[in-house]
Amino acid sequence: MAHVLVVYTDDEPGVLTRVASLIRRRGFNIHSLTVGPTERAGLSRMTIVVDAEAPTVRQAVEHLRKLVNVLAVEQLGDRPMVVRDLVLVRVAANPEVRSEVLQLAQVFRANVVDIAEDSVVIECTGSLAKIDALVDSMRPFGILELGRTGAVAMARGTRTPAPSRAPVPLRTGTGPEAMSV
Amino acid sequence: MSEPGSFTGAQLIWESLLREGVDTVFGYPGGAILPTYDAMTGYTIRHVLVRHEQSAVHMADGFARASGRVGVVVATSGPGATNLVTGLATAMLDSTPLVAITGQVGSALLGTDAFQEVDITGITIPVTKHNYLVTRAEDIVPAIREAFAVARSGRPGPVLVDITKDAQQARASLDWEAAAPQRHLRHIPPTPKPADLARALDLIRQAKRPVILAGHGIQLSGARAEVIALAERADIPFALTLLGLGAVPATHPLSLGMMGMHGEAWVNRAIQEADLLLAFGMRFDDRVTGKLKDYAPHAKKIHIDIDASELNKNVSVDVAIAADLGAVLRALLPEVPVADRSAWLSTIREWRGDSAVRDIKNLPDDGHLYAAHVMHDLWRLTKGEAVVVTDVGQHQMWEAQYYKHDGERSLVTSGGAGTMGFALPAAIGAKLARPEAEVWVVAGDGGFQMTFAELMTAVQEGVKVNIAIINNGYLGMVRQWQALFYEGRYAATPILSPDFVKLAEAFGIPGQRVERRGELAAAVAKAREAQGAALIEFKVEQEDSVYPMVPAGAALHEMIRRPSALAETGSDPV
Repeated sequence: MAHVLVVYTDDEPGVLTRVASLIRRRGFNIHSLTVGPTERAGLSRMTIVVDAEAPTVRQAVEHLRKLVNVLAVEQLGDRPMVVRDLVLVRVAANPEVRSEVLQLAQVFRANVVDIAEDSVVIECTGSLAKIDALVDSMRPFGILELGRTGAVAMARGTRTPAPSRAPVPLRTGTGPEAMSV
Repeated sequence: MSEPGSFTGAQLIWESLLREGVDTVFGYPGGAILPTYDAMTGYTIRHVLVRHEQSAVHMADGFARASGRVGVVVATSGPGATNLVTGLATAMLDSTPLVAITGQVGSALLGTDAFQEVDITGITIPVTKHNYLVTRAEDIVPAIREAFAVARSGRPGPVLVDITKDAQQARASLDWEAAAPQRHLRHIPPTPKPADLARALDLIRQAKRPVILAGHGIQLSGARAEVIALAERADIPFALTLLGLGAVPATHPLSLGMMGMHGEAWVNRAIQEADLLLAFGMRFDDRVTGKLKDYAPHAKKIHIDIDASELNKNVSVDVAIAADLGAVLRALLPEVPVADRSAWLSTIREWRGDSAVRDIKNLPDDGHLYAAHVMHDLWRLTKGEAVVVTDVGQHQMWEAQYYKHDGERSLVTSGGAGTMGFALPAAIGAKLARPEAEVWVVAGDGGFQMTFAELMTAVQEGVKVNIAIINNGYLGMVRQWQALFYEGRYAATPILSPDFVKLAEAFGIPGQRVERRGELAAAVAKAREAQGAALIEFKVEQEDSVYPMVPAGAALHEMIRRPSALAETGSDPV
C-alpha cells in the first residue's frame, strides 16, 4: 500500500544521497521521491511515496528521523491531503486523429504544450489516479515519450507544516553546488 | 574570537580536539593529511602510530568502549581512508562513539580521480552516523564540534570528517562559541508518555515469570545502578546479551548469564517460558532471539531503547519506549512494587539441573587442555577484575561463558559486526584509556594473524597488554558449523600458525606456550609480571565445539546441549 511521507531536510550537498542510501540499504520500496526548496532558505522538502506495509513505513520514518540532516518527517496517511503529480506525454497524433487527442486532453483539463507534424506533447497536473487515467486514455494512439515528476503532497486544512526547530545548516562543502541536493 | 586568520586549518583541528578533551589519537600519516601531522608537533596530544589504519579504528574503539570517552582516529586520503571502513562498521553496529578525521586531496582536485583520491564520505554513509566533507578552513571547527556531539548523543556511533588539504593549509580564526552544535539536538527522543510508564508498571505488577534482558544500552546510558535496583526490588532475574556482559554483575544472585545462540540452556528456557520480558538497551538481534516466530511466545514485552528505530523492528512489543534507559528507570523505580518471585527463581534453578555436571570446567583434568579451562582459570587468577578484549569466534563465546564479568566496561568485544582481528588493537586502545586496568587479549589463532603487526605498536608505545592466543589449528567457529551443518567438510578452515613464541621474541616480547592445564597458572603469573606486553599461546583441543548452541534459524529452546561424554572422547562427538 502507498504511504506518503513528507521529509524536511537541510538544503545541503549530499542530503539526497543520504536519504536514498538509507532507503536502499533498508530495502524500502520507493514509488516516487521528489525534492525542492521551500518557503524558507536552507530548508528542502521531500515527498516520498513508499510502497509498503504500515510497520515497514514506521521503520522508514524512524530511520529517516535519525539522519542529522533531517529536521522532521511527517506521515500524511492519516489526514486529508492534496497529492499532485505532473506528466509530460508525447502522443503520436497525425492530422487524422489530432482533434480526437486534443479533445481527450481537454476532458482531463490537460494543456497541449507542443504540436509537431505527427505528435503532440500534453502536460497535465493532478492526482496520481488522474494522471494514470490520462496516460491510459492516450495509449491507443501511441505514447512516444513520457515523463512524470512524482508526487508532491501537502496536508489540507490549517496547520504549520514547517518543523518547529529552525534549521541550522552547517556550512560545509559550500560552493556553487551548495544549493543542490 | 581569535584574530582573523590566526590559525591554519591544521591547527584548528588540534585546537578542536583539545577542547573536546582529547588526549590520545590513533593514526597513520600520509600526503593529504601531512599539514595536520606537521601541526601536531605544537600540541600535547599523544599520537599512537599504528601499523594499519583498520587497527587505528579498533584502537579508538577499544579506547572508547573501555572508558566511555570518544575515540579519535586520524588517517590520510585514499587507501588510508578506505582502510577505516571495517573499523567504522564495527563501531557503528556496536554503538561506539568515534570521530575519524581523514585528509582529502585539495578541493580543486575533488572529483578528478587525483592521486589517493577516494570518495570516503560517499563510501562511509552507511557505516557512520554522519560524515562531513570540509573544503574551507573556517568550516573545520563547526564540523569537528558537531561530529563529537553527534558521536556522543542519542545512540552513540562513529562520525567521519574528511578535510581537504587546502582547508588544512588555509588560515582562519577560531570562534569556539559560535561553532556550538545544535543539529544533534533535533533527534533527542521525547520524554516517555505517562501512559506508557503506567502500562509498563501494570505489566510488571501482573508478571509471575518476568525476565530482564540486559543489553549494551545499560552501559551507554550509565543505568547500571537503576537496573540492579529494579531487579532487586521486583525480584526479577536478568539475562544478558553478549555486549551486556559486565553491564550488570555476572555474580549477582539474580544474574542468569548470557542468552542466545551460545547462552546456557536454562537462560534461554527462562526467556521462552517467561510471561514478561523487560528489554533494556538491547535490540533483539537474531543471535539472541533465534527463530522469531517462536520467540518467547507467552511473554508480554516492554522494550526501552534510546533508538526508536529499534522498537518493534524484529519483535513486536506491548510497551515501546524510546528514551534514555536511566531516565525511564528513575521514573519507574519508586512505583515498582516490591515483590517476591522466589517460586519463579527456584524453577529456573531446577532447570539448571545437570548443566553444572555437563559443564566442561568442572570435569577432571584428563590431560587435554580445553579453551573453557583457560577462560575459567584466567577468571579465577585475575579475580575477575581484568578488562578482557576478545576477538571473534569460538574463544569469544567461551570467554563469554566462563569469564564472569562483574565490572562495567570489563569486556570489549565485536558483537554486531563480528570483526576478526579486533582484539589486539582494541586492547591497546583499552589499556591506553585505562592504564590502571589489567588488560587481557583473548584471540584465536586465525584472528590474531589478521592484525598481529600491532604487537610492534604495543612495544613502541610501551603498552602493557597480556595476550592469550587460543590455538586450535582451525578457524574454529567456522569448523564447528562445518561439522554440524556441512557434514564435516572442513573447507579452508585448517590454518597454520607461525611459532607464536618465536614471533613474540621477534617483537621483543616474552612468549610462552601452554599445552597442559597444570602449566597454566605459572604462565599467567609470568605474563602478568612482565614489564611490557606478554604473550601466551594455549595449544587447546583442536576439534572442541561451543555448546550449548541454538542452530541458526531454530527456536531458542531448540538447543544442541553440551554432550556429557565430551571429556572421555576428547573430541567432537558430531
